[in-house]
Amino acid sequence: MSIGTPTPLAVVEEGIPNAAQRRRGAKTIRIRGSRPGFWVYGTLGAVFLSAVFPLYWSFVIGSGDATTLRGAFPWVPLGNFIENATAVLNNPAVNFWPALWNSIYSSFLIAAAVVVTSTLAGWAFAKLRFLGGPALLVFVVATMAVPQQLGVVPLYILFSDLGWTGQIGAIIIPALTSAFGVFWMTQYLRQAVPDELIEAARVDGASMIRTFWTVGVTAARPAAAMLFLFTFVGSWNNFFWPFIVLDRQNPTLPVALSLLQSNYFVDYSVVLAGVVLATVPLLLLFIFAGKQLVSGIMAGAVKG
Amino acid sequence: MTATESRPQTRAAAPAAPPPRQPRVISFSHRLSRWDLKVSPYLYISPFFIMFAIVGLFPIAYTAVISFMDWDLVRNSGEFVGFDQYVWILTQPHFWTALRNTFSIFVLSSVPQLLLAIFIASVLDRNIRAKTFWRMSVLVPYVVAPVAVGLIFNAMFADKSGLINSWLQLIGISAIPWHVEPFWSHVAIATMVNYRWVGYNTLILLAAMQAVNRDFYEAATVDGAGPIRQFFSITMPSLKPTLIFVIITSTIGGLQIFDEPRVFDQFGRGGSAQQWLTITLYLYDIGWGQWNFGRAAAMAWILFIIILGIGLLNLLLTRTLVRDEGLRSELSKREQKRAARATKKTVKESQR
Repeated sequence: MSIGTPTPLAVVEEGIPNAAQRRRGAKTIRIRGSRPGFWVYGTLGAVFLSAVFPLYWSFVIGSGDATTLRGAFPWVPLGNFIENATAVLNNPAVNFWPALWNSIYSSFLIAAAVVVTSTLAGWAFAKLRFLGGPALLVFVVATMAVPQQLGVVPLYILFSDLGWTGQIGAIIIPALTSAFGVFWMTQYLRQAVPDELIEAARVDGASMIRTFWTVGVTAARPAAAMLFLFTFVGSWNNFFWPFIVLDRQNPTLPVALSLLQSNYFVDYSVVLAGVVLATVPLLLLFIFAGKQLVSGIMAGAVKG
Repeated sequence: MTATESRPQTRAAAPAAPPPRQPRVISFSHRLSRWDLKVSPYLYISPFFIMFAIVGLFPIAYTAVISFMDWDLVRNSGEFVGFDQYVWILTQPHFWTALRNTFSIFVLSSVPQLLLAIFIASVLDRNIRAKTFWRMSVLVPYVVAPVAVGLIFNAMFADKSGLINSWLQLIGISAIPWHVEPFWSHVAIATMVNYRWVGYNTLILLAAMQAVNRDFYEAATVDGAGPIRQFFSITMPSLKPTLIFVIITSTIGGLQIFDEPRVFDQFGRGGSAQQWLTITLYLYDIGWGQWNFGRAAAMAWILFIIILGIGLLNLLLTRTLVRDEGLRSELSKREQKRAARATKKTVKESQR
């Protein structure tokens, strides 16, 4: 067959796979059974449903009234969601709007600060040689195993001495750094930046900070974006420490949510309407950045 | 990226040409540059370490100090009492209930979670269409706050005609007292944990599976190994480091569980008879319910020691249970050595 001749499709499939097929994993098809069939998509469908159903369910119950939970599950949303949501928003015990604002700006500040401190320290650990560097890195990584509970008593005493209990600052300050963040940036920068690049910059007469800024920060951008996302989600969902240190008048969203069902009589359609309201912001974030979160988890796993 | 990558090649050649020589005059800028080289690394790590020392290391050390004290909230200082607080906690029946509950919830969540994650990951590892969509869909629960997950499942697991019980009754099983029986409350709480974390662990394991060299599977197929044999002889050994990572992180997280049991009923005290009181719930109650910081600090240290112990135990167990990546032979290491020695002997004898 001469080069210009269009190849019949059947020949390609049975013969040596071409480049495009190879990229899509043509080998896997041949070796690990045929194209996955019904049971694979059935399983994935079931996983998808079990991931999404509880959220849909809480929306449906949140659109009913106090009796909806007791009756048969209606499957389609009822008409009361706006009413229940308004009840949550206007509940003076919950402080929904301050909680939303607190969650947004504290998570944003924390994520930004973690990215900055982690990028700086990660760059030093990954690419600069200094006395005690490796030992310090091992130490930082080891502290990742320390539970949060080990620090809360002195931190509470510290912040109550400062008169900061109940202030949102008390949840921002302790979270400004992250051992995980340093580890993450170190791992990433170590393989993303070749040493020759730094040497070249040094030979050209760039100062350390200039090298960091032009070479390090540029290379760190993708990993920094991931770290920002993960820290944002983590601090948004954090409950234990904010629950301890924050006032009931000045909560974050998870704290406000937990207050929704703290009475003897609980109207679950209102509670679940509140859950939906508090979950929507992060679901929106997920729609925009879910792909990055997925690849972030997968990238972190390969290296870690 | 391309612009920066092309640079080192052109630059690397240039400095190689002149022979190295000692600079006779050390200029100010040269001195500055050497100082820069020495000090900069410490400057870069200092923001992290200063904050870390204040809000990370100092509290850990101080918790140890407070745990040996009878802390007075009014005077805001403590009196040294030795190991009294530890003894007090270890003699509380509630502590042992909390310990049992924490372990029970931990086992009920981590074991099915890992099995499910491995299973789903191996399904996702197939040559499926719309990969990104399926990967994203397993991760949806991860962005939902644990408190929100707790509230949703608490209502679903309601004892009187909650959704789960009404479904169970549909298939002829009588309603389960989720909020009364300790075991069933643990199952319910473990379900919340699993809901939130299965997808996350799935993706970590999927990444490890995709890193396995596909030639291994090809060779195994040629040798006549079926898919199940391939899974246990190729996939599982290759997953070992990742499995260790996942098991250790879920141990650290699982033993600290607080959010889900806290909102499992509206009172947040672990149930009327401590059915689902966990160690961290108990710590919160001692510290901010009874306002006894000395005991809460001792509790925190006990929790840390438990986590360390279980973490190490898990590490050892995983190391022995999952076969090593390098060890593909049916023979053990000792047998391999013996076989090698025997071959050497026969070779020597035949040469004689």
